[in-house]
Amino acid sequence: MEERISHFLILRNINKNYGGVKALEKVDLDIMEGEIHCLVGENGSGKSTLVKIITGVVKPEPGGKIEIKGESFEFLDPLTSFLKGIHVVHQDLSLFPNLSVAENIAIHEHIMKKSGLVNWKRIYEVADRVMKRLGIYIDPHIQVEKLSVADQQLVAICRSLASDAKLMILDEPTSSLTSREVERLFSILRDLKSRGISILFISHRLDEVLDIGERITVLKDGKKVGTFRKEELDKKKLTYLMTGRELAFVRRSKGLEKKVPILKVENLTKYGQFENVSFELHSGEILGLIGPRGAGRTELALSLFGMNPPDSGRIFVEGKEVSFKSNRDAIKHGIGYVPENRLTQGLVLEQSVKNNLVITILERILNDFRLIDEERKNKVAEEMVRKFGIKTAGMDVAAKTLSGGNQQKVVLAKWISTAPKILILDGPTMGIDVAAKESIYRLVSKLANEGIAVLFISDESSEVTANCDRIMLMKNRKIVGVFKKDEISEEELERRIKE
Amino acid sequence: MMRKSRWKIYNQTEFYLFIVLIVLSTILAFVNPKFLRLENIFDLLRNYTFLGILALGQLVVLISGGIDVSFTAIATVSQYIMGVIISKYYIDNILVALAIPIPIGIALGLVNALLVYYTRVHPVIITISTLNVFYGFLMFITSGRWIYKFPPSFRNFVQIKILSFTSAKGTPYGLSILTLFWIIVAVMTWFILKHTNIGRKIYAVGGNLEAARRAGINIFRTYIFVYCYMGGLAGLASFVQAQLAQIIQPNAIVGKELDVLAAAILGGASVFGGSGTVPGAILGVLLIAIIKNGLVLMRIPAYWHQVVMGAIIAGAASVTALQMKFKSRRMVRKNVD
Ligand SMILES: Nc1ncnc2c1ncn2[C@@H]1O[C@H](COP(=O)(O)OP(=O)(O)OP(=O)(O)O)[C@@H](O)[C@H]1O
Ligand SMILES: [Mg+2]
Repeated sequence: MEERISHFLILRNINKNYGGVKALEKVDLDIMEGEIHCLVGENGSGKSTLVKIITGVVKPEPGGKIEIKGESFEFLDPLTSFLKGIHVVHQDLSLFPNLSVAENIAIHEHIMKKSGLVNWKRIYEVADRVMKRLGIYIDPHIQVEKLSVADQQLVAICRSLASDAKLMILDEPTSSLTSREVERLFSILRDLKSRGISILFISHRLDEVLDIGERITVLKDGKKVGTFRKEELDKKKLTYLMTGRELAFVRRSKGLEKKVPILKVENLTKYGQFENVSFELHSGEILGLIGPRGAGRTELALSLFGMNPPDSGRIFVEGKEVSFKSNRDAIKHGIGYVPENRLTQGLVLEQSVKNNLVITILERILNDFRLIDEERKNKVAEEMVRKFGIKTAGMDVAAKTLSGGNQQKVVLAKWISTAPKILILDGPTMGIDVAAKESIYRLVSKLANEGIAVLFISDESSEVTANCDRIMLMKNRKIVGVFKKDEISEEELERRIKE
Repeated sequence: MMRKSRWKIYNQTEFYLFIVLIVLSTILAFVNPKFLRLENIFDLLRNYTFLGILALGQLVVLISGGIDVSFTAIATVSQYIMGVIISKYYIDNILVALAIPIPIGIALGLVNALLVYYTRVHPVIITISTLNVFYGFLMFITSGRWIYKFPPSFRNFVQIKILSFTSAKGTPYGLSILTLFWIIVAVMTWFILKHTNIGRKIYAVGGNLEAARRAGINIFRTYIFVYCYMGGLAGLASFVQAQLAQIIQPNAIVGKELDVLAAAILGGASVFGGSGTVPGAILGVLLIAIIKNGLVLMRIPAYWHQVVMGAIIAGAASVTALQMKFKSRRMVRKNVD
């Protein structure tokens, strides 16, 4: 007997223009009941826009059709979409920073309830139940603005799981999660699928996509390239479909021979965060720092950048002992830091792309009267857009109109452009598409060859083994191993992180 | 397993306000022992009920991420219409008098809400314009005439005390019934903000407007609620003010905008929306009341009052800013475990 599978969602001829930009052009999409469908494409290819159309956040241009279980709409609004069973984790998470974790998770209790009164007990119950299901614990009373990005991402996922969905949409939900949390999420998604619930999953981690997806739709420049069965694809083919070219991920060749230590750390300790950390960083070297989340990597980086004073231990920059009172001190000593949560810390969203780009290098664009030289500013900003492959409708559009990945590139660009002597990159490729990743690797490698020392914090063993000269493994607040390039394979490193 | 929340008293703005309040009161009590007399405190509470009610309304608007500076004009208009009706038709019923200004305030608040929602212009601009329009219309129609012939029920209401005492000298004093209005409004506002869905939606809208829209919260209804609530309270406050003054002058209220905003902001509400509490808004008003009262008791000339007020508000704002800074420092540490 043939299994009958029916459509949950049908999109036909979906167009969306932002001014002159065609964010989506004649896109069709079918999502079956109980299917795990993945959506991939470069930064700015229109993935989030498509999600916003399905969830009723933006209206498509007239002429398209949205069909949910046989019912046709020209466009949706957020409440209708929710009532039809479509739950979503938006790329920017769309949380309420001033509200507690529990209330963020159970926000629909406020919206759906008829009685008008809040049932606080139920709100905490809902939060508790969903967190248990995901196998996590976050203090339900704490305000969301006080959480790390990873925890905020977990809260957003919890919200989408808080009530029964028919279609779950996750727009890059995993960018800050550890592999354990990702596995847990995937097992929940598979469980939902087995109960007939559809899933639309977006990620730049192609391994994840090929792991969980059954069918994969590829977008490129707002157009649909096609929908493929997982069996038809591998990573290389998928990359080609997304970018239109073969990407060769070159491994970094040997760095500088002459080794000049520029940063030296001795027995650095901050109780509860990291203990007895000692290492040397040489100019022209890329030093990887990898480990599970919560190992203390970001905390260590913040200490090196003067934002998290250590309890004991010593730091030397170019042979001289330093003690940073603030990040201003660190910057004076030539240290640059690209933070982990770029989306929330790095941008003035209402300001133009151009202004965001040059904000860290104003010195360089002053004219003889110490005023900003507009022409130089344009030139510098355009150069950065080109170098980092930032996709934008123009230099003067507000930063908030960029796609999530392109916003990240802006932040990365503005910090790297300050040309520090020591550059700390905290997860520089999170949420960035494959092609852009490759260009960032190349750029970092080039910076190192010019003599800059790079501390490269990452979650992905493949990227550190390919791009770092040395790799430090940090676990449970301690450095547990240092490996030279080619001394350890990707698989071996992955195993050691997990064990 | 539920871990208890890490609610720490010294993390709360209200706590700092309370300390400042105690310190100032102690100083004032030394300067002039009259200050801590129950009589003076009751007077203070009665005289600041007007400001207190308005500050609670403003609190709700500020939490939603908006602001309303037109409430003084709303209060003036609703007060004047009440005055005209009860004096012209000589309506000797306090409940009718009370029932007139509130719906007028709500209606004018609705005008604000519609304009803010549909024009998408910043509410400061909208309410500055409506302030001028409402007030201008009233002055045009009334040419500023005063009203002072009220029926007895209106004249006597203000004398009612809910707690009465007699001083050593034999003069009676007590807690005015007007203060009861403030208490009721405070309890009601607290209940709305904490225990009703609309209250939580107001916080959500003020915390992240776009996220609220995406979650399916009806922004339009939320705006209508907050601006009408402010309007209704402006109507009620205008009744209180007319009771205290026993005269209705179209220019008596306009000009109090900054006191109200200062009280709400001192109390921890933010002009960026999403934060603020009822206890904070009450403490903010009390702080302003004590400072002004202290200046009088210390016989400081009136023109210095403005200067002192300004300095205190600037000081309080810096304290809040510093507190935020410490919070975020702590955060770096806390985030990390
Ligand atoms: N509000 C807006 N105004 C103008 N342009 C916009 C707006 N929102 C999105 N765009 C443009 O639409 C295009 C598609 O953006 P979208 O966010 O859908 O990309 P994406 O595929 O999700 O990318 P990413 O992987 O970086 O998240 C981009 O070129 C972006 O600049
Ligand atoms: Mg996106």
